[in-house]
Amino acid sequence: MSAELALADLLGDRPAAADGYVRLAVDGGTWKALAVGCAKGLQELSALWADGPVMRMALNDVPRALRAIVTLETDAGRYPSVAACHAPALRLERAMRDLYGVEPVDLPDTRPWLDHGQWPGRQANAPYDFLPVEGEGLHQIPVGPVHAGIIEPGHFRFTANGETVVRLEERLGYVHKGVEGLMAGVFVEQAARIVGRISGDSTVAYAWAFARAVESALGWTPPPRAVLLRAVMAELERLSHHINDVGAICNDASVIAFHARCTLQREDLLAVANACFGHRLMMDCIVPGGVAAELTPEGVGRIRGLLSRFEETRAEMLRVYDSMPSLQDRTVTTGIVSPELVRQYAAGGFVGRASGRAFDARKSFASAPYDSIDFDLKTRTGGDVDARLMVRMDEIAESLRILPQILGRLAAGEIRSDRPASAGGEGAALVEAFRGDVFVSVRIGADGQLARVHARDASWFQWPLLEAAIEGNIVADFPLCNKSFNCS
Amino acid sequence: MTRDLVVQFLAQGAQMTFVLLVAPLAVGVVRKVKALLMRRQGPPLVQAYRDLAKLLRKESVIAGSASWLFRTAPYLIFALTWVAAALVPSFASGLMFNWAADVVALVALLGAARALLALAGMDVGTSFGGIGSSREMMIATLAEPAMMLIVLTLAIAAGTTRLAGVADYFIAEPFAVRVSLALSLISLIIVALAENARIPVDNPVTHLELTMVHEAMVLEYSGRHLALIEAASHLKLVLYISLLVCLFAPFGMAPATAGVGGWAIGLAAWTAKLLFCAALLGVWEVSIAKMRVFRLPDFVGIAFVFGFLAILLAFLTRGVFE
Repeated sequence: MSAELALADLLGDRPAAADGYVRLAVDGGTWKALAVGCAKGLQELSALWADGPVMRMALNDVPRALRAIVTLETDAGRYPSVAACHAPALRLERAMRDLYGVEPVDLPDTRPWLDHGQWPGRQANAPYDFLPVEGEGLHQIPVGPVHAGIIEPGHFRFTANGETVVRLEERLGYVHKGVEGLMAGVFVEQAARIVGRISGDSTVAYAWAFARAVESALGWTPPPRAVLLRAVMAELERLSHHINDVGAICNDASVIAFHARCTLQREDLLAVANACFGHRLMMDCIVPGGVAAELTPEGVGRIRGLLSRFEETRAEMLRVYDSMPSLQDRTVTTGIVSPELVRQYAAGGFVGRASGRAFDARKSFASAPYDSIDFDLKTRTGGDVDARLMVRMDEIAESLRILPQILGRLAAGEIRSDRPASAGGEGAALVEAFRGDVFVSVRIGADGQLARVHARDASWFQWPLLEAAIEGNIVADFPLCNKSFNCS
Repeated sequence: MTRDLVVQFLAQGAQMTFVLLVAPLAVGVVRKVKALLMRRQGPPLVQAYRDLAKLLRKESVIAGSASWLFRTAPYLIFALTWVAAALVPSFASGLMFNWAADVVALVALLGAARALLALAGMDVGTSFGGIGSSREMMIATLAEPAMMLIVLTLAIAAGTTRLAGVADYFIAEPFAVRVSLALSLISLIIVALAENARIPVDNPVTHLELTMVHEAMVLEYSGRHLALIEAASHLKLVLYISLLVCLFAPFGMAPATAGVGGWAIGLAAWTAKLLFCAALLGVWEVSIAKMRVFRLPDFVGIAFVFGFLAILLAFLTRGVFE
């Protein structure tokens, strides 16, 4: 294994671009050394993608608030594998290999990831081999990709000894939509609509990340009111999905009354969002250059009313949860993720924060308006289902603190600005969705069209941890663990 | 004499028909109560009947690897459960078959139905069926001995294992409150929850394949086979409620010689008690979480311990009461 290289040493005092990222080209040796540095914990891998003839890697150094995108020229598609020394890159590299044909040299696992042998011209692929498990008394339980409930497809291959899970292997990517291909060569306005549909439950976060990336690429400044409205939508989205998750976790422990209460509260929020912004999930409300939906004074009143009702629900849920030992018996010590794994995978969102990783894109790489808002980044140390549930409850409380502050600052003004006459450029953004940090990077060509868009969901670094969390638990607790991760 | 026999025969027939007809309603009540407590409208009370009718009309899809057992098991399970449910005295205690309504026979009938279901669950060879069967048998190994202890406690108290006899005994001495009976009651309730796949042991409405017990065993069934298994599980619920009511709240039950008038009163009382218990079950299910699978032995174990204590106390106090 080659020597490690810290991002801080590489960057020195190079200035960051407007989007907070330092961009530089590296050679193969430095690339490899940076990957080893990731494995040693000197920096975190944030994203890895192919862009024509080059590979790019986004790296974060959270304590020093450093971010960089390093670029490596490939040798006709061949480049040194990051996963060979830093496991979290494995699925990213396998996905890029399937999509763009780049070949990571020394890739530890060369099975396809997104390519399920269903694409035109690629059907001849060999069948997918699950990792072998050997031992006495072991049996396999294949689950999915079609499930009994209406959920997204995913195949889970359990190897169990009686009821105890020895290994779980996931196979995902059944509904690969090819969004990155769709966005290549289209105009910004079209791409904004596609980005908003990558993950329907994080549509606001994706749209915001895309808008910020485009804006920093073009030197486009959104009006201050638009920035505040974006944060209003983002916090509403966070509230809506956190309360939904809390209810869903309890539902998996068969506490249906809890679920019903949370669903009612979520419905209340969605109705308010619809009244304020014209769409229940606030899809397509954030566009590059500003927002597409104005918030009226009545809308502000509606949201304030919603917040007080939400606070009541939160307090009641917390009280009932605390007084329900039969429920806590299910959640406490179930599906523990170790802090070491969370650090290695740089898992964001509640998965990371429930295991003590103090990272929140709103805090760690704060941008307007979060840089001037008073809220806390709360972590838990249990790493179990209970901790992930409580992190969500904490974040609901923080969002309820954030929203009145933003609403109080809303001043009359423009909500959308005109696109500046600039040729093109590169931009990236990291936005905290309810599930974790969403990374979007764009490269705009001189013709004003998007040459390359890469979007990375927080789930890429959370799914692998689910495999670790379930080990040693019983098969029947998997749905509960899975729901507490709620990966996309 | 012949006329008596005909009336007796009709009464027994009426009971058999009635438990079959009222069973889906009891399930409907449980679902309705749960829905109402969640501030939902809930399915109509007759939904369970509609579901059965729908399933009966549908084609039955059978896996290629299924053996004769898979196809015959639903009929046998339904028949065994129906007979068992019809044996438990509901509105009258002295019906034609009451000589057969022995608690030990009841346990045997239910045990046979369970064994068939567990075998059928494993027959197709899917992993879910296997998991379900293994969990079901784990619960059964604890619930069945507890059930036998309860039976023996009652037999010691009433001097017979015939259900009708026990019911008659309790009707005759309604105020003889005994510690051993209270313990038996708790024990029987736990056994009833476990046997009927209710929360906290199993969740009858879950869609999570990995947590199922009863549902996992019947995942492969469809059409009329599924209808029979569903009907059997409805009957089982009515059976256990009837058993609880017959043993611990037999008031209103008509004695053997009551005639049609007394039977009518008995029928009304039994139906009311049945629906009340179903509603109570709905409330209970909303207010508790499902247990971890490996905590179930503790829970069902309580039933065993209470059953054991009950029989011990029954022995010790026998001298005092007799």
